Amino acid sequence: MASRVAARSLVCTRRMSAACSRQSSSGQAAPRDTAPKRSIFRPEATSTHDWIGPPNPLSNLRPIVYHVPENETELEKRLRHLRQDTEDWNHEFWTKQNVMFTKEKDAFIFSQLNAKGLSVCDEQGRRRALNAEEMAVFYKSFLDTNRVRHADYNREWYRRNFTITLLMARVALNNMWKTVTDRRGRKKSSTPTT
Amino acid sequence: MEIPQMMSVFQHGAILEGHLAQGAPPHIILHRGTPTSSCTGPLKLLEPALLFSWRCGSAPEVLLSTVRGLIGVSVKRKLVQNVPRCNQTARSLIQLYRRDQTNWLTYQHLNFLKRQYVTKNKSELHQRAVPKQAPALTILDEREDGVERQVQRISTIDPVVSQPEDVTNETPYVHVESEEAREARLDRQWKELKVNVTDLPDIYARLAKVKLTALVVTTAAAGFAMAPVPFDPLLFFVSCLGTGLASCTANSINQYFEVPFDSNMNRTKNRPLVRGQISPLHAVSFALACGVPGVALLTLAVNPLTGFLGALNIFLYTCCYTPLKRLSISNTWVGAIVGAIPPVMGWTAATGCLEPGALLLGGFLYSWQFPHFNALSWNLKEDYSRGGYRMMSVTHPGMCQRVALRHSVGLIGLSALAPVLDVTTWTFPLISLPINLYISYLAFRFYHKGNRNNARKLFFCSLWHLPMLLLLALTCKKPRRDPEDAALPSASLAS
Repeated sequence: MASRVAARSLVCTRRMSAACSRQSSSGQAAPRDTAPKRSIFRPEATSTHDWIGPPNPLSNLRPIVYHVPENETELEKRLRHLRQDTEDWNHEFWTKQNVMFTKEKDAFIFSQLNAKGLSVCDEQGRRRALNAEEMAVFYKSFLDTNRVRHADYNREWYRRNFTITLLMARVALNNMWKTVTDRRGRKKSSTPTT
Repeated sequence: MEIPQMMSVFQHGAILEGHLAQGAPPHIILHRGTPTSSCTGPLKLLEPALLFSWRCGSAPEVLLSTVRGLIGVSVKRKLVQNVPRCNQTARSLIQLYRRDQTNWLTYQHLNFLKRQYVTKNKSELHQRAVPKQAPALTILDEREDGVERQVQRISTIDPVVSQPEDVTNETPYVHVESEEAREARLDRQWKELKVNVTDLPDIYARLAKVKLTALVVTTAAAGFAMAPVPFDPLLFFVSCLGTGLASCTANSINQYFEVPFDSNMNRTKNRPLVRGQISPLHAVSFALACGVPGVALLTLAVNPLTGFLGALNIFLYTCCYTPLKRLSISNTWVGAIVGAIPPVMGWTAATGCLEPGALLLGGFLYSWQFPHFNALSWNLKEDYSRGGYRMMSVTHPGMCQRVALRHSVGLIGLSALAPVLDVTTWTFPLISLPINLYISYLAFRFYHKGNRNNARKLFFCSLWHLPMLLLLALTCKKPRRDPEDAALPSASLAS
């Protein structure tokens, strides 16, 4: 099947691009320090691939540590930087979104309970919750106040996603081409290539 | 059990009792007294009980009585007695245990944990090792982290555990994990972004939402079967295959677009792209590998109209419905059209032209979509709101209920229209009346009082209502009159 061939070729290109198996942890630490410190990751000593981690508790997004191959081309570097930048941007947006949502939700519950004259915790010490109809008012207002922000994020996310995928395709094609030409060069090493 | 074994068990029981009375957690206890492996058998039985009762924060008396029951058959009885006390955790723990025998809590696992707890207990007894963070953050990750920690402490099984329904009812979890342990646990969760070829079929199945695709293909098959032409099995198979491939493409592209949103919603956070099991490029390649042959198959092997409808459906789903979900509530109507097209495709695959009968079948799916989706989205308001999805249930709840009711009643009207268009006999509106009335009744209750229960009932009803309706329509299909039969009487009249 075409998809299997594609998969295998993608796997091969990843292995091809990782010429050297050792990855210096100092090389990884430098971009990590400049990036917002949000995960306590200990870089793996030997790595030929990117690593993906557990979801961040605030943004629910999984951080990726990108593997820097030895002979990284300009295109690959651009791709890696774009992916890292998108990841950070995404993380920032979703952290802000989730924290804001939780804060506003609590403030809403608090104000509603106050209006009713109830305390935050009931007799058993558990937090009081409002019923679905009351909460629906908050959910609607949250969506309405953030409408433009969401639309902007959406547009930007689609743009970045497309660019990253296109770059990935270009890198994959480049690597495949390099592999093919290398093999051809090695086979016809005696005769000069045209 | 032999006598020497029983004796040592009794001794261990006594030691355990002593420790439990002091209030130490069961993991340490089970360790301090077990030098011999002969006792791990009965102690293994005891572990679940101790974990259950300790997790639920029940009184020491329960624990002590549990220990006293170590000797003899009463152990198992105590286990059964303790289970109903804490249903939630018990159920999840039982699930974990039943799932994989090789991952049972063993001496080695506890040994690993012991090293942490013993160090912790030597200093002082903390209720919480880490000072409680700002409330805003804990509420957010309370659900995820609590469940994750619970799973990690018990075993090294992958943390795929059903979420507890009500987080507020859970007793506060005592957090005694040290920083190193937490880091070690987080480190273990890092995975290499390497495609494992053996996992690919499963990943592809989840990427293409294979169950949903199967339902879509079923509706297309129903459309094919309802068409008033002789049944061609090969054409049937080819059109089903093409529709299935087109559906896989649409679902894959949808998941490709929605990675950050899916990560934030509980329902969708285990999707392959969210978990990084394949790269976005891989997902797009898979989608193209499904879509291009699928649409080509439909266009060339079936007919161009069906191929066009297939391509249109992919476009509507990926480029209209998916972005619209975050921009306006009209996404539901577009989604209903997307759902209505497969039966139309089935019909056009059989006949080759777009007839009123095809549109009627599409109309059934279109109307059905509203009670189905509105009821589903009613109980997901929080996730939709936080993820920024604009759904009727969140922004216009009244309209949500009205539209669901309107279209449920509309199904009755459409069923009555079927014999008029020569799709079915007049039996169909009569025998489909009970199920149509039932879903309309549930939709009315949902309209009258929009609570979680009514929404859930309406949703589950819609799941069986559609297959039943299509099946009844198939059984009442208007018997086809052959053109030769029609020609013969006129020929006999002429002669």
